Amino acid sequence: MSKLFGTFFSKLTAILGAVALVGGAAGAVRADDISGAGATFPYPIYAKWAEAYKQQTGIGLNYQSIGSGGGIKQIEAGTVTFGASDKPLEPADLKQNGLVQWPMIIGGVVPVVNIPGIKPGELVLDGPTVAAIYLGDITRWNDAAIQKLNPKLSLPKLDIAPVYRSDGSGTNFLFTNYLSKVSPSFSQKIGANTSVQWPVGIGAKGNEGVANQTAQTGGAIGYVEYAYVKQTGMTYARLLNHDGKYVAPEAKAFQAAAANADWAGAEGYYLILTDQAGADSWPITGASFILMHTDSKDRNTLAALKFFDWAYKRGQKMAEDLDYVPLPDKIIKLIQKTWQDSLKVNGTSVWAAS
Amino acid sequence: MSAITIPYHPQLKREARSEWVFRGLTVASAALVLILLAGVLIALCYGGWPALRTFQFGFLTHEVWNPVTDQFGALAPLYGTVITSLIAMLIAVPLAFGIAVFLTETCPLWLRGPIATCIELLAAVPSIVFGIWGLFVLAPILQHSVQPWVIGTFGDLPWIGKLFRGPPYGIGLMTAGLVLAVMVLPFITSVMREVFLATPSSLKEAAYALGATQWEVVWDVVLSNSRAGIIGGMMLGLGRALGETMAVTFVVGNAHRISTSLLAPGTTISASIANEFTEAVGVLYTSSLIALGLLLFVLTFTIIAAARLLLLQIERRGARV
Repeated sequence: MSKLFGTFFSKLTAILGAVALVGGAAGAVRADDISGAGATFPYPIYAKWAEAYKQQTGIGLNYQSIGSGGGIKQIEAGTVTFGASDKPLEPADLKQNGLVQWPMIIGGVVPVVNIPGIKPGELVLDGPTVAAIYLGDITRWNDAAIQKLNPKLSLPKLDIAPVYRSDGSGTNFLFTNYLSKVSPSFSQKIGANTSVQWPVGIGAKGNEGVANQTAQTGGAIGYVEYAYVKQTGMTYARLLNHDGKYVAPEAKAFQAAAANADWAGAEGYYLILTDQAGADSWPITGASFILMHTDSKDRNTLAALKFFDWAYKRGQKMAEDLDYVPLPDKIIKLIQKTWQDSLKVNGTSVWAAS
Repeated sequence: MSAITIPYHPQLKREARSEWVFRGLTVASAALVLILLAGVLIALCYGGWPALRTFQFGFLTHEVWNPVTDQFGALAPLYGTVITSLIAMLIAVPLAFGIAVFLTETCPLWLRGPIATCIELLAAVPSIVFGIWGLFVLAPILQHSVQPWVIGTFGDLPWIGKLFRGPPYGIGLMTAGLVLAVMVLPFITSVMREVFLATPSSLKEAAYALGATQWEVVWDVVLSNSRAGIIGGMMLGLGRALGETMAVTFVVGNAHRISTSLLAPGTTISASIANEFTEAVGVLYTSSLIALGLLLFVLTFTIIAAARLLLLQIERRGARV
């Protein structure tokens, strides 16, 4: 009888466990684990940091990469300690929901092409030209506008096949935000968002999808995250930046864009790093943000801040290994000042500057 | 029932009670399905209400899907859903018919088992695998060999030429339809095989005895005897094709546009939801995606209900004969 009961009981716990797993999106998995949810783009580095942090301190981090939209909804509902978003919330939205945000890690978007005979970095493009391609105004690679930027290349009379990200993503947001900044007609006809209505081209799912579709289609142009270009050796194009200089997508170019930005003057760190000034700045750079409640009732708030502090100080090498770009030091100091000023429990600061 | 009328026998009383519990459980299980169905419908209506109230009937008739300006219309995904499913059915139904006839009539006995198992295994392949296969294997073949030929041969024809124009992207409505055809094939085939097998052999033998050829037996005896089952199988396949998400998302091209060409990229209802739900911010955007879900729910429900009615009619006619 007891044996029978035992098997029944173990079955019951297994079922309950499965139910808990399914329902786990909303609740914390373990009481002393820090819980977060949001953007998929920084997931690999957050996961790696979490693993290393757990080994050192015994404190775990449970991060669910459910997408920026989901991250914002979960932190607004207060079901997680922090939310993560690739698109910063506007200061008014932050105030309304009692949230504070700051950048955590930098990434960038790189245009990739598939033109016979063109090697990585040979082709040069500027923002208005890329915008015209995605608007369907430029349809051939030997168009005068592209030829003018590349006087030494012999470009084929090949149709351009624009490829875009079909899934809503921070990559889409950065790309369309940049094109909207440099091309009035792009801003008017398409605009910037995590998903937009593209007038031409074909949509592929995820970085892999865009990369694959671009590699398969002769004459294609696409855009993928920097890490993806670096790891696959795709044919990227160099871009003309805000200062009129040609830049290649490299870690230092992304960092330059972040360093040149006016973080101190941006309310709520609402700053999108596209089209930043500076001779070395890569024009399609962006940060991934963390969102937390200003008046936190979550007892893991301090634990989460300690984790972020650790990630800023010790996690840089790990970020670089995964081809992310760490934030410059002066911005980290600014962020920690924000923690001290804005994050309070019952009116007293959670974070004390060290 | 009679057990209840003899309450003084303890054994019978126990059995009556367990009978009652058993019946209660079955009723509860059936009720649970209805409750779940109603719950889903209510949740979809509630979630989609802001979008439906804002766009009203225009939600069904507008092609525009613009998250930047918060303008949403479901026509493009609706069109893509119907077209890809139609392509899938046009390919899969004749194929399934051929396979089922082969398996039940002309195939040597020793080969029937293995082939039937293989087709059923096809149904066990996860849809994500079909998606990856479609994107990495099928799409390049279509793009480099099949589509250029199709465009060159049919693209200039009047009328139907419009269906085969544009650059060969490899992915698009046609590719999605092809992948869907492979995915629904096992379902339709196994249902058809079952109903063909159910044809009384006395009927077939009688037809053969009258001098009918094998084709005549299949067409006039087997097919007319199993019409209801065939329609049932087709609806099962269609239901799967309409709602399939992952595989379609990979190969449909994900463009909120309606173009006359079948080779052009499009989108389906489920692909749009899968693509955009995670990063959708704002009430109207999220609500429009949920309203899309409601639309798919209604579409599938209508088709299944229509199939049921058709079956009922056929059965009635059969009873009269």
